[in-house]
Amino acid sequence: MAEITVTVDGVSYVDHVEPRMLLVHYLREVVGKTGTPIGCDTSNCGACTVLMDGASVKSCSVLAVQADGAQITTIEGMANGEWHPLQRAFHEEHALQCGYCTPGMIMAAADLLKENPHPSNQEIRDGLEGNLCRCTGYENIVRAVRRAAEAGVSE
Amino acid sequence: MTTQTETHEAPAGELGKARLRKEDDRLITGQTSWTDNITLPGLVHMALLRSPYAHARITRVDLSAARAQPGVIAAFAGADLADEQGSMPCVWPVTDDIVMPAYPPMAVDEVRYVGDAVACVVARDRYAAADALATIDVDYEPLPPVLDMRAALDENSPKVHEAGNKCYEWTLANGDIDAAFRDAPVVIERDYVQQRLIPSPMEPRSVVCAPIGDEYTIWSATQVPHIVRILLSLVTGIGEHKLRVIAPDVGGGFGSKLEFIAEEVITVLVARRVGRPVKWTESRSESNMASHHGRDQLQRIRIAADRDGRIRGLSVDLLANMGAYLKIVGPGIPLLGAFMYNAIYKMDAYSFRCTGVFTTTTPTDAYRGAGRPEATYAIERIMDELATELGMDPLEVRERNWIKHEEFPYTTIAGLTYDSGNYEAATAKAKELFRYDELRREQSERISRGDPVRLGIGVSTFTEMCGLAPSKLLGQLKYVAGGWEYASIRVLPTGKVEVVTGTSAHGQGHETAWSQITADALGVPFEDVRVLHGDTLVAPKGMDTYGSRSVVVGGTAVHSACLKVIEKARAIAAKLLEAPPEELEFTGGAFQASGGGQSKTIQEIAFAAFDAHDLPDGMEPSLDSDSTIDPANFSFPHGTHLCAAEVDTETGMVTIRSYVAVDDVGKVVNPLIVEGQVHGGIAQGIAQALYEEGVYDDAGNLLTTTLADYLVPSAADLPSYVTSRTETPSTTNPLGVKGVGEAGTIASTPAVVNAIIDALRPLGIRDITMPCTPERVWRAIESARSLGDPSARQNGGTA
Repeated sequence: MAEITVTVDGVSYVDHVEPRMLLVHYLREVVGKTGTPIGCDTSNCGACTVLMDGASVKSCSVLAVQADGAQITTIEGMANGEWHPLQRAFHEEHALQCGYCTPGMIMAAADLLKENPHPSNQEIRDGLEGNLCRCTGYENIVRAVRRAAEAGVSE
Repeated sequence: MTTQTETHEAPAGELGKARLRKEDDRLITGQTSWTDNITLPGLVHMALLRSPYAHARITRVDLSAARAQPGVIAAFAGADLADEQGSMPCVWPVTDDIVMPAYPPMAVDEVRYVGDAVACVVARDRYAAADALATIDVDYEPLPPVLDMRAALDENSPKVHEAGNKCYEWTLANGDIDAAFRDAPVVIERDYVQQRLIPSPMEPRSVVCAPIGDEYTIWSATQVPHIVRILLSLVTGIGEHKLRVIAPDVGGGFGSKLEFIAEEVITVLVARRVGRPVKWTESRSESNMASHHGRDQLQRIRIAADRDGRIRGLSVDLLANMGAYLKIVGPGIPLLGAFMYNAIYKMDAYSFRCTGVFTTTTPTDAYRGAGRPEATYAIERIMDELATELGMDPLEVRERNWIKHEEFPYTTIAGLTYDSGNYEAATAKAKELFRYDELRREQSERISRGDPVRLGIGVSTFTEMCGLAPSKLLGQLKYVAGGWEYASIRVLPTGKVEVVTGTSAHGQGHETAWSQITADALGVPFEDVRVLHGDTLVAPKGMDTYGSRSVVVGGTAVHSACLKVIEKARAIAAKLLEAPPEELEFTGGAFQASGGGQSKTIQEIAFAAFDAHDLPDGMEPSLDSDSTIDPANFSFPHGTHLCAAEVDTETGMVTIRSYVAVDDVGKVVNPLIVEGQVHGGIAQGIAQALYEEGVYDDAGNLLTTTLADYLVPSAADLPSYVTSRTETPSTTNPLGVKGVGEAGTIASTPAVVNAIIDALRPLGIRDITMPCTPERVWRAIESARSLGDPSARQNGGTA
């Protein structure tokens, strides 16, 4: 067991974990942050995307011990009194159906807009290539990310 | 009769309004209750050991090392559960002589596909369960795999089951097919391959079972909680009244969760054995192997036509891969297609035959569209072949044969009565949005200037059958259950409304759409309605969600229950207003005498029903009403989808340049949701055309066990879509709705492949087996080129 200190959505946690424990299992089963779901086991789907020190990572591909000392933001930490502009845009553009990919999609989009605050549609599509959605055909996800960009989400 | 087709405009009432979804709040904030999120005191985790062989005899299972692992509570092999696990049911035995082999939830003596469950471990956490799984020792005696359907039907083939590899043969015929083909000026025959697909909802399957005394609460990532409850009871012998099944938030299904799964049975039996709540959640690779697959049919289609393009007859012969066992409705999937090969076209004769075949592969069942995409693909592909043969434009040959809008209702050669439709209107709108003529000109220009990037135009004028289904018809087709749907409206004392529905949404937005139907009917605010579903304790009756049935049957049930509420309220209003009930008008949520004067709102009447001080004599103090609706007919959405694809003849790369979809799904409850369903449907159809295929090696190992191998497309792989609608209401339900869940998937696959073939036809190519990967397209081009200049040959074309 290894001792780790991880800040998740602004709260600091000290835990003893097996060195092999995945960050996503740590978040879901130790910290109780079930807002981040698991969609695959090969880091292809991106459903488990969270921000680690501000950069998006697939939390199924990070060990909990690698997050020692890190700041993790999950979908549950995105709203700050009111919905994050990306959350609002996903709602307003009907960019989710079953919603299973949505947490990861929003976290990946947040990172994308930080890197590129005014992406073209193609840049949005390329930037979200690591996140799969089976419901929407992506059309409205692209619209939502554009809408959030226009609302100045990165500022 | 002329059916009315309207261009949609902003609605006055709730119906047709682009309401933002009520579901989103919890989904975009991570406050969801996916099954894998469920935690309970004492919960333990189950992991399943699955067969690494496609076909083998189990000679020994040694669980002793697993049982000795730290944190392990129990371990079971199939033999341990044999006395209580029963056999997984198939509820659609399509013929009297169908072969229905025993299907043990956990294999006992023999495994029949890679992924068949062999043993399980229950441990304190999922890591300990996985560790223990690795210590289980199983001895297998390999048996020959059975993989190819044609070879499987050879009498010398090894057998999947003792009774043989032929599961059933089902036929449908109408008209004199021999006469239609005899002396027909044009006869075209084609073989098409519907590759195996893996439905791949983003949420893998998950089951939790909590035993309390002799009662069991089961959470499952399912589309069909009510069906699961009944079948779980029948298989395990636990009384239906002792079972509560909950489908919490469910992360997509696409048919893959229209299933009663072996893992549900195993989880319940194991929870009963260990006396604690048990959770099983599959990994993606487990899901790819063990959740059911879709499609996998070999199609031979023949069409006979006159020289002017009129279709005389159509003959279809299918081999349908059942996989190793019969899933819940697996044998019936090709039958749903049987009624759709004739599509929107008139003809003199039709014959259909399907042979179901067992193989040592993952069992197949419904996948988005379920039989109709396969049928639509074959007919829409061969319509293009017919157009080519006759030198006609593909839209022209379709129009020559389709049912004209003034001919509805029309009974098709397959025996269904299409109530309404307007193929002319949808096609005209699609052509305009697509700039059809302009693209045709560009296509010729590219050919004449020798552009290595060719342009192709793909057409798909599809229809489908939704609103499953009239119970009587299901009975005639040997389906074991009915096709009704249930709804209940509860008017609370404060005027808020609870809608209980038997449908079970998993992304479709029923909470929003049913709220709109209710708000529209009762005149209450949209925000005042709450929709309850997906829990057999809360919604005790229902036939659940699949086959684009929910709005047509479930929405109609909601509407019908609302009307009953209004009639109850009318009696109370009449008493309160001292007016005869028949003279009261109900508009905008209030009753008023036709001459004017005082009015009573539905909320006021709700409180009056609650305090019950002044009700009409003999009236019960409640407005609550329920309704169970059995549809009189299917509904028949249709549309015209047009795809422009650029094909690089040097690399084989296909790029979809534009995609136009004009769908007619009848009246629309929420255009935002409808558009979203069309988008997602198109994406899945494109995925079949270009990307996805479940592949086995010669030993029967599934090679596409991850999302790295099974190519569910990303945003970067898909185009933007132009969508529009025409609106020809269904005449068989009061809302005029038709259903939209599968339309895009049914329409888009042939549109895309027709576009690719249209681009490459001048090279002598007339088919490429899906998925049309760059390699396959390139090989087809190379092979056509090696045959020389097609214009020099009599019969241009490579198959």
